[in-house]
Amino acid sequence: MSVYVDYASTTPFDREILNEVMDSADVFGNPSSIHRPGKDAKAALQKHRTHISQKINAKPKEIIITSGATEANNLAIRGTADRHERPHMITTDIEHASVRTTYQNLSEAFEVTFLKASENGLIDADDLKNSLRSNTVLVSIMLVNNETGSIQPVFEIAEILKDHQALLHVDAVQAFGHMEVDVQKLGADMLTLSGHKIYGPKGIGLLYLREGIKLSAQLTGGSHELSRRAGTENVMWVHALALAMEKAADERAQRSLKEMQLKERFLNELTAKKIPFEVNGDLNQQASHITNIYFPWSEAEFLLTALDMAGIFVSAGSACNAGTVQPSHVIQSMYEDEERALCSVRFSFSYLMEEDEVTEIVSQLDAIYKRLSK
Amino acid sequence: MDPSQTTVVVGMSGGVDSSVTAQLLKEQGYNVIGIFMKNWDDTDEFGVCTATEDYEDVRLVAEQIGIPYYSVNFEKEYYDRVFKYFLEEYEKGRTPNPDVMCNKEIKFKAFLDHAMKLGADYVATGHYARVSHEDGSVTMMRGVDNNKDQTYFLNQLSQEQLSKVMFPLGHLEKSEVRALANDYDLATKDKKDSTGICFIGERDFKEFLSGYLPANPGRMINLDTGEDMGSHDGLMYYTIGQRQGLGIGGEGGPYFVAGKNLATNELYVVSQYENESLYSTKLTASDVNFINDVEDGRHCTAKFRYRQQDVPVTVLRIDDDTIEVVFDAPARAVTPGQAVVLYDGDVCLGGATIDTVYNEEKVLEYLG
Repeated sequence: MSVYVDYASTTPFDREILNEVMDSADVFGNPSSIHRPGKDAKAALQKHRTHISQKINAKPKEIIITSGATEANNLAIRGTADRHERPHMITTDIEHASVRTTYQNLSEAFEVTFLKASENGLIDADDLKNSLRSNTVLVSIMLVNNETGSIQPVFEIAEILKDHQALLHVDAVQAFGHMEVDVQKLGADMLTLSGHKIYGPKGIGLLYLREGIKLSAQLTGGSHELSRRAGTENVMWVHALALAMEKAADERAQRSLKEMQLKERFLNELTAKKIPFEVNGDLNQQASHITNIYFPWSEAEFLLTALDMAGIFVSAGSACNAGTVQPSHVIQSMYEDEERALCSVRFSFSYLMEEDEVTEIVSQLDAIYKRLSK
Repeated sequence: MDPSQTTVVVGMSGGVDSSVTAQLLKEQGYNVIGIFMKNWDDTDEFGVCTATEDYEDVRLVAEQIGIPYYSVNFEKEYYDRVFKYFLEEYEKGRTPNPDVMCNKEIKFKAFLDHAMKLGADYVATGHYARVSHEDGSVTMMRGVDNNKDQTYFLNQLSQEQLSKVMFPLGHLEKSEVRALANDYDLATKDKKDSTGICFIGERDFKEFLSGYLPANPGRMINLDTGEDMGSHDGLMYYTIGQRQGLGIGGEGGPYFVAGKNLATNELYVVSQYENESLYSTKLTASDVNFINDVEDGRHCTAKFRYRQQDVPVTVLRIDDDTIEVVFDAPARAVTPGQAVVLYDGDVCLGGATIDTVYNEEKVLEYLG
């Protein structure tokens, strides 16, 4: 039996959605064309966009379709930075690479504050408050951390920013489908989502941009997406994104309950087998589908190889191009302990998994642990 | 041994030799797993990690052959156990051999351990050497390709290490390995052999070393005439017997490095290739590793550097860790820091690290 337990990396494309999208392939026109096929495509696009916007409580024109979350994050950050002379921006140490690296690049020209996480995996809203300056123009923070699942205090931060000019950009890629994502309730000015984390296709995502806020386009060309993102729209994939969002929102309660049960079973079985481990961060403030485990008895790089050989597919930290595992910058920021960062593995569950798959993961971990302790 | 029940982890570098190694073992029915070792952290001018391309080749070949492939990071181990030693030896004025240390500490220790923990029965590499496992004891022999034989670099391996090792290329000529790579149409078939020390790669040795050790220029003295020949760039850049890189030509040239005086920071040179000060008659060496027992007074052959012709010698055992090696005839440019490796015919008996070189009873104290 082999078990994929890396759903935070990506999810399989829901076949039902794929089939439904394939049926709409006949609407092939370019939405920018003024003839009938073009107008048909435009109408379909508008329908899907409306559909999408409803799922996060936004307006259709507040949705900018992108090639994915990486592009959406780049657009939010660079598109804001470009509009200011000497901006100060705030983000965190635990962001996804598409945010972190973008800010690192910008920090050569602009001032950027990186907030640290505590051992519970959370950013302290007070730290943010203290970092605000009169020229702070943007705050980027993720709603759910992709490595630990920690749910960040976005509501509190939004509250703090109410009296400040700085915009709030929320990376909600790992949150949607596991918890409520409502841009009004969150108080987000910008919000990023991705299709392939919610059983939709890869290569599609979006940036929500509150009405009235201006961004500098990063891809220029035609006047697509209200001139904020040039390029002929991928109507079929926008359709798929809408369907994936709808299904994820509709089934959220059942899905996340199942994920939580699987996660709990996993931790219980680890304990029962007496495999030494610690959960990274605060278990009670984490999303349903992710858990990050510190195994003091093995480096993650070894464990990933041994588990892969045993048919268990899981991930840790970030992979270098030469296939080796870089210690997780998130665990590093939380614990300031490189050894712990080197020995931590992320397990991310899905409603698609069965309970005996969890048992299989633990029994393979147990076999490896026993082999190493010999 | 039933190949289908035997797991072999192949150390794959992305080169043609290890590619063919994996292919041959797979064909023999072994359960083969390819693992790439990342021992050095380096990025090129575009910030791309230089191991990426090699790993890409491992990926291509592994997919072709149909074997799982992984990567393992030994940067820390390599730095601590090989690179530090490498620098320390240069600081002492010696000429180290990092490949010998890499085999001893990384490929056949850290990597071997990693493979065993993953459940491997053997580790295989693309080295040109042969091992035979008989009656619970292992013999290591030269690769049949005399020009490629790599037992020199493997001299520090123990019985225990060698008992878990396979060298499938040992019975092949390099040209045959290339031909096999062509026959199998492996992605790496046209890849050039890597040259030089792995972590330096194609870079300039002097420039590389100067990034880690302070260059300390000094005077260059003709050992025979006492004449000042100008300045040298730093003693660590020179090795005994070396001709190139002296920066002096013209009158009376060429010159050869005959010694280094660390105390005065002087480099000694001589004007003849066969100058007698370059010749020695015996050496002492430590870090002795005998793969098969070598009794005191054993007459055998030895190499003092890679790809050198064997010379006949007598081995005297001073203590457990030290030997004296007496040459039948004077040998040129024997260099402290390098390995002395002993052979009986094709069998590699083991080796040691050269510490002191003598001409008769006189210590050649400036050889370093």
